[in-house]
Amino acid sequence: MTDMTANGVPEATPHAKSSLLTQDAHTKQRNAAEKRFRIYGITAIAIGLVFLVLLISSILFKGVGAFQQTKLTLQVELLEAKLDKSGTRDIEKIKKVTTFGYNPLIDTAIKRALEEGGIENPFSKGKDLRKLLSSGAAAQIREFVVANPDRIGDTVEFKLLASSRVDGYLKGRVSRESLARDKNLTPVHLDMVDQMRETGVVNKGFNLSFITGADASESRPEQAGIGVSMLGSFYMMLVVLTAALPIGVAASIYLEEFAKQNWFTDLIEVNISNLAAVPSIVFGILGLAVFIQFAHLPQSAPLVGGLVLTLMTLPTIIISTRASLKAVPPSIREAALGVGASKMQTVFHHVLPLAMPGILTGTIIGLAQALGETAPLLLIGMVGYIASNPPEGLIDGFLSPNSAMPAQIYEWAKRADPAYYERAWGGIIILLLFLMTMNIIAILLRRRFERRW
Amino acid sequence: MSASFLLLTILTLAALGFVIGRGRALRSVQGDRRRLHSLPNYYGFNVSMLAFVPAVLVLVLWVVIQPLMVNGAVSAMIPAGSYDDAGGLNLIMSDVGRVANGLDAAIAQGALEHAALKTLSTSNTDIRALLGTVGVALGSDVSEDVLSAALKFREKTLTGNWIMTVVVLVIAGAGFLAAFFKTHADLRARNLVERGVQMVLIGAASIAILTTLGIVLSLIFNTVSFFGMFPMGDFLFGLTWSPEGRGGSEHLGILPLLWGTIYISIVALAVAVPVGLFAAVYLSEYAGAKTRAVAKPLLEVLAGIPTIVYGLFALTIVGPMLVDVFGAEGLNWMQGARSVMTAGLVMGIMLIPFVSSLSDDIINAVPQAMRDGSYGLGATQSETVRQVVLPAALPGIVGAILLAASRAIGETMIVVMGAGAAARLSMNPFEAMTTVTAKIVSQLTGDADFASPEALVAFALGMTLFILTLGLNVLALLIVRKYREQYE
Repeated sequence: MTDMTANGVPEATPHAKSSLLTQDAHTKQRNAAEKRFRIYGITAIAIGLVFLVLLISSILFKGVGAFQQTKLTLQVELLEAKLDKSGTRDIEKIKKVTTFGYNPLIDTAIKRALEEGGIENPFSKGKDLRKLLSSGAAAQIREFVVANPDRIGDTVEFKLLASSRVDGYLKGRVSRESLARDKNLTPVHLDMVDQMRETGVVNKGFNLSFITGADASESRPEQAGIGVSMLGSFYMMLVVLTAALPIGVAASIYLEEFAKQNWFTDLIEVNISNLAAVPSIVFGILGLAVFIQFAHLPQSAPLVGGLVLTLMTLPTIIISTRASLKAVPPSIREAALGVGASKMQTVFHHVLPLAMPGILTGTIIGLAQALGETAPLLLIGMVGYIASNPPEGLIDGFLSPNSAMPAQIYEWAKRADPAYYERAWGGIIILLLFLMTMNIIAILLRRRFERRW
Repeated sequence: MSASFLLLTILTLAALGFVIGRGRALRSVQGDRRRLHSLPNYYGFNVSMLAFVPAVLVLVLWVVIQPLMVNGAVSAMIPAGSYDDAGGLNLIMSDVGRVANGLDAAIAQGALEHAALKTLSTSNTDIRALLGTVGVALGSDVSEDVLSAALKFREKTLTGNWIMTVVVLVIAGAGFLAAFFKTHADLRARNLVERGVQMVLIGAASIAILTTLGIVLSLIFNTVSFFGMFPMGDFLFGLTWSPEGRGGSEHLGILPLLWGTIYISIVALAVAVPVGLFAAVYLSEYAGAKTRAVAKPLLEVLAGIPTIVYGLFALTIVGPMLVDVFGAEGLNWMQGARSVMTAGLVMGIMLIPFVSSLSDDIINAVPQAMRDGSYGLGATQSETVRQVVLPAALPGIVGAILLAASRAIGETMIVVMGAGAAARLSMNPFEAMTTVTAKIVSQLTGDADFASPEALVAFALGMTLFILTLGLNVLALLIVRKYREQYE
């Protein structure tokens, strides 16, 4: 006897009479709720994917421009009267002519190009004409003359960088309206540029110097390149690889294979899991206080950056290495021990080689993480420094001040100039290409060597 | 002998030790390796190890400690009246170091006779010009004090180096000989070498402890010296942050920064938690294997993108987009592109995969039997998720959200580029505010003197950040650990 029947059999609810095939209001409501819930889920994934698409398309849309650069092809007559008054081709005397001395040559060259193309020149001053060109153009010619003093007197064809405004006009970043309040260029210049494009003087071409070149000063975005900071990143990654891989593997081997369950092991474990969650900027503070303040290592050096990033990636590498050591089945160890190998021999001759693909995958992912990290680098001075010269040799590469790719991108973004934003997005494309390659290598490694025991 | 040359010598000795030790072991059994306790190579490694490791340890310690001691002894020679504070003394000491190096270079290049050092003084020689000729440029003329300190510095360093060379070589030689004479068929060389290797492994594992110790010590020391200059109460409870106050009236109150940090994190979590959670539920409960195989890695790409990219995205795309809607031409709530909303939205995007993949793992860990029981009672799939799966997974999900919150609080690049630089206590999410991390960056990358409160405050901020994120992580772990067993 249950309580239910004690009070008599309950009345059948009215909807029970209806057919199973027609849904009553309550069922409809429940089914609608089910449908809504499913839509929420799809929407959530769609939102995530839309953000991803938005992010990637804006990276491509904004960054591709950096890989193209506008140049003016000009016939510059290297007048002996201006560059080498004595006529002795004495290199020291030629070097004494500053870039100002080259400006008249450029003026003449532009005027000549305008005349040849039948383009009207509304400017009387050479200074206004030169606004079409990068302020580094004179230096470009001077460099050529110092390298080839015997060409003085000849007329040489130069491909000179256009100024960032002209470059922006060709890329659609600068319009006549936006120049209204701009002191650096006038709409009249743009009319000239349009005509010069038709005569073939102004051209847009692939910008190799963005990939290989050095950073430039704030007023010359058209000259800035990411090559030198790429080298800085490369040296940092070398430090991370040579320090983090052996230390991480050694630590994991100890924890996974040898450590006894005691307070010391617990302490290490707790520390590793905490370090994995410490914000990266705190590692920057550590680097500043320990490596620079205390150990007096040089500021802005890739060595210091690499050491900081090593400490930061160590937990990642240790966690993944331990996972792949754990994945090696105990039967392998037992077999080795059974034929008389010592514990150490078992680990180094059998377990470690079998775990190697997994360890390498984890290391590459850790390296990729380190390559994209910016915040700790800001604190050890890898920003605000204009990385203008590529390092000479290995030791210089580690110790002399340099920037790194993400720090360089931040530096450009800070300059708050649309032309530099374009460079920053371009830098991001290169950075992401590196990260993508590393991740693909890691995935391939995993696919190729992953073993199911 | 210089340290690097000394290291090279020890390395050679170790290599030699390997060959000799191996040879001696084999000779002791007349080449019959079956009678050796260990494989022959182990005897070689044993000799190299004893020759190399103790000597290098002493060398490293010496190289670190000697400059400190020499500096201490020499700085006592500088008269106390010639500098104002510790910074001034540091400047003088770096001058002393440069002059001493310059004198070395001058002797090496023949610009100065070794014997002339004894009579060298500022009255009979222009030191600055002399050092200039050998490529050591000095900022100012050398005073008599600095010169005599430099001479003393040079002398002490030289003697120190000599003693170091002798001590290190003696230790290396002693280790070499001891191991060499002990080498015999019955020596348990493998056990010795393996014990050595194990020490190295332990040392590597201890680096994690050392790093934490380094972080904690560097934060504590600098924070303490900050509180020596600035009252702790004003820092912890101050409502204004304006380090550039005129007339020495600095306000370094952390509360506006904390408010900015928390506000931005709330906005970020408000984006990331619903989206991430629903995505995780859909992927684990509804999606087929194919959808899952495509959507999950794609979402996780968002986690692999460096934060600098998100920062630039906030600064140049999301910010201007928000200004179009909420700015002066729209609703007029927003002044500039940088705001709590800008940084929070972008940070939310960054955290979506973080929340979704953690929750996904947790939801997958709920036993299938619980779902089947719910279906058997006639519940629909969504009812099962809401009333059975999510409550079962709740502790794990809370843990995941706390971890995401700790990420949001520690995030730097997005707020540096997207949130602005003005410290404000305001409720308007469209206003620019700043965070703890952004201020750490700006205080330490500015040109403030390193020993000033403006720079040192960054360490106090770092300490706050460290404690905050550590607390959140520990809390998350505790929650997960406490409630997890129920369903296992």
